[in-house]
Amino acid sequence: MASGPSTYTPSNGFMRWLDARLPIVRFANDNLLSFPTPKNLNYAYTFGAILFYCLVIQIVTGIVLAMHFIPNSALAFGSVEYIMRDVNYGWLIRYIHMNGASFFFIAVYVHIFRGIYYGSYKAPREILWILGVIIFLLMCATGFLGYTLPWSQMSLWGANVITNLLGALLGQDFTQWLWGGYSVDNPTLQRFFSLHYLLPFVILGVSVLHVWALHHVGNNNPTGIEPKGPQDTVPLMPYYTTKYYFVIALFTIAFAAVVFYAPNLFGHVDHYVEGNPLKTPAHIAPEWYLAAFYAMLRAIDFNFILDSKVLGVLVMVGAIGILFLVPWLDTSKVRSARYRPVFWWCFWIFVADYAVLSWAGLQPAGVVLFQTGVGEDGNPVGFSITHLSQIGTIYYFGFFLLIMPLLGLFETPRPLPDSIATAVLAKKKGGAAAPAGAASAPETRV
Amino acid sequence: MRKIALAAAIALAASATAPAIAATAVEPPAQEWSFDGVFGTFDRNQLKRGFQVFREVCSACHSLKLVAFRNLKDPGGPEFTEAEAKAIAAGFQVPSLDDTGQPTTRDGILADHFPLVYPNDIAAHAANNGAAPPDLSLMAKARENGPDYIHAIMVGFHEAPEGFTVPEGAHYNEYMPGHVIAMAPPLKDGQVEYAEANVPRTVDQYGKDVAAFLMWAAEPKLEARHRLGMGVIIFLSLLSVLLFLSYRRVWRNIDH
Amino acid sequence: MSAATHDEATRRDFLYVFSGAAAGVGVAVTAWPFIDQMNPSAATQALATTEVPLAPIAEGQQITVMWQGKPTWVRRRTAAEIEQVRAMSNSELKDPQPDQERVKKPEWLVVIGICTHLGCIPNRDNAGQPGGYLCACHGSVYDASGRILRGPAPLNLAVPPYEFVSDTLIRIG
Repeated sequence: MASGPSTYTPSNGFMRWLDARLPIVRFANDNLLSFPTPKNLNYAYTFGAILFYCLVIQIVTGIVLAMHFIPNSALAFGSVEYIMRDVNYGWLIRYIHMNGASFFFIAVYVHIFRGIYYGSYKAPREILWILGVIIFLLMCATGFLGYTLPWSQMSLWGANVITNLLGALLGQDFTQWLWGGYSVDNPTLQRFFSLHYLLPFVILGVSVLHVWALHHVGNNNPTGIEPKGPQDTVPLMPYYTTKYYFVIALFTIAFAAVVFYAPNLFGHVDHYVEGNPLKTPAHIAPEWYLAAFYAMLRAIDFNFILDSKVLGVLVMVGAIGILFLVPWLDTSKVRSARYRPVFWWCFWIFVADYAVLSWAGLQPAGVVLFQTGVGEDGNPVGFSITHLSQIGTIYYFGFFLLIMPLLGLFETPRPLPDSIATAVLAKKKGGAAAPAGAASAPETRV
Repeated sequence: MRKIALAAAIALAASATAPAIAATAVEPPAQEWSFDGVFGTFDRNQLKRGFQVFREVCSACHSLKLVAFRNLKDPGGPEFTEAEAKAIAAGFQVPSLDDTGQPTTRDGILADHFPLVYPNDIAAHAANNGAAPPDLSLMAKARENGPDYIHAIMVGFHEAPEGFTVPEGAHYNEYMPGHVIAMAPPLKDGQVEYAEANVPRTVDQYGKDVAAFLMWAAEPKLEARHRLGMGVIIFLSLLSVLLFLSYRRVWRNIDH
Repeated sequence: MSAATHDEATRRDFLYVFSGAAAGVGVAVTAWPFIDQMNPSAATQALATTEVPLAPIAEGQQITVMWQGKPTWVRRRTAAEIEQVRAMSNSELKDPQPDQERVKKPEWLVVIGICTHLGCIPNRDNAGQPGGYLCACHGSVYDASGRILRGPAPLNLAVPPYEFVSDTLIRIG
């Protein structure tokens, strides 16, 4: 699994015997202890470990909640409240699970944006990246399924809207198959619960592949230059493991602050109203972590060859699908945005664009932001959430389809340092005595 | 430099995002609540008064089905004594079966939940002009700024402004989204006789007390949560310092 | 090795050990909510008492009520049955206990109807012991006081905590 020759020497006869039959200690040693890791990884590179921590938290709390939750449309809402009120520490475990999803996505977004910033998807890490996109997709699906389980107004109508979306693309037979009936009802809840329990273990499996791919090709690093020898790397243990422990503790402080003092910060009040198939809430919003995709869906309010509904779904699906192509869309030979002055700007605008899309996806549709007049019906007209979403969608796709391919051809990158070691040395001396290339690196710390 | 420009751009984007939503509801005025903040706890006397308002007024139409009578004596709530909670429970009739298996009612016991006011949804609609009174167990979490909202609804009844037509059988309420509410004004000054002499008997006070009570009903573990959180965050902060020092020590001889 | 480097090594080790211990304590404490959640919930605990009116039970008759999810027998014994169980000497019993200690009023036997062997429910059966019980699973025989006479069961049938609220009402639990 780990690249390079193994550094493991069995210490005694039994270990030699075991190593010849099941090299599990060698495996652990090479992947968890001695794995050579670039020594210049910054805090943005700790989020892989944080994500594993999040996955473990969600699986453990989820297994516990499944001991008390009842996946039945008549009883689900009450069983969640039973957990909140009567189960010992049920409120704590449920609030951890509920907010754990949000923190999981906070971490995964940092992880993804870090990958884009440092060009971590470029050869030979294409498969590593694609496995990551698959995990992200699975996380979105798991998050959505979990959202439906309390069978609140938000759950019920969220399930309705999303399944109807898929129906727009795949037809009514598909939605009836998905629902197990003619509407979102008890059979839907039961199968969503089953899948919500299954998918995290699929995520775990794909994560193992993701780490395998990572350890086969080795870490990227902020310079984007491959390590050239032992002077560029340190063993994972204890150097990065101690760093992981520290950042995980910090992450847990933020997590605990929300769980204990603002547990409904990321939630919506309609999550505390029992699902009613006769009444839609005034305003349906997805969870914040899916809101950007929802905004892109709603941005398509016009027909273009296809009906707007189908087109909207295609745009939304395409927004995730395009991530699979990123390794081949980016034509630049330079990985790290540190040495790409124009891409640096495009990247941060992309981050802001994603934040704006997420915000727009949470607002009621058609809200006017800058009023320019009054329409015939007496309602304000002007620059609306839909217009904002349209601009955001154009930049989202433009970033991948235009900026990434063209910038590689026209951008002049800054000179790269010779190696990780020289870059580190340059930083240490404040850039004064460093080689010209490293000295002109715009920021010394990212 | 670029970072500053970036920060400025983000700040600009954020300031432009205050939406001009044509609001049909007026934001409920924020009240001071004893349970706000990281050290917040419920005021036992206020919860008891709020329960009294609920019992004497709201419970005529609204259920509280997620709350059990035993919760009234639980720590972190109104903390009635066991005898008081039993007496309250006995004052409610809960569904039961008689010796021949026919539906009947009996006095409530601590293990029972507050019973439904109407036997089913259809009855609730039929008895209330088609607008069934919602269950109040989670009301304080089911609206934005729930306690403020509940208090605001209690004090928000008045004459409709000029030109605003209130449908037959409905009422005007300043803080109800759309301003039309099916519920008649439930409270008037002096209606509920508090045992405490120094607490004003006003709609405003009743509204605050019942909102606090409903906040407890919606979030009965709030005090335990606030308490446990303090310990967890203090522990994690100390642990972070230790882990940071360990991390720095491990790396002290490595340029990175 | 100089004194200075030795000191540093000690200090470093102390920091690591202390950090590791603190983290270990944190993990151990965190485990508790995840264990405790499987204990009976507040709702389950609240249902832990059952009231049984005695008036409808005729002499010689036994009713079964549920207490904590367990079948619990309330039996009104005849004078002959009482005499029989009280005549039994301790030496005949596997788990010696006089009938007087097992009932609050001689007429009323209140026991949990779960065989102390492997948890089956015994039947009233005169074949094993007149007026007693026989567990069909593995043949344990109990007398009319719920005491084990023969068979693999090690202990007498358990007596739940109960009290006479009045002459005609008991509260179990």
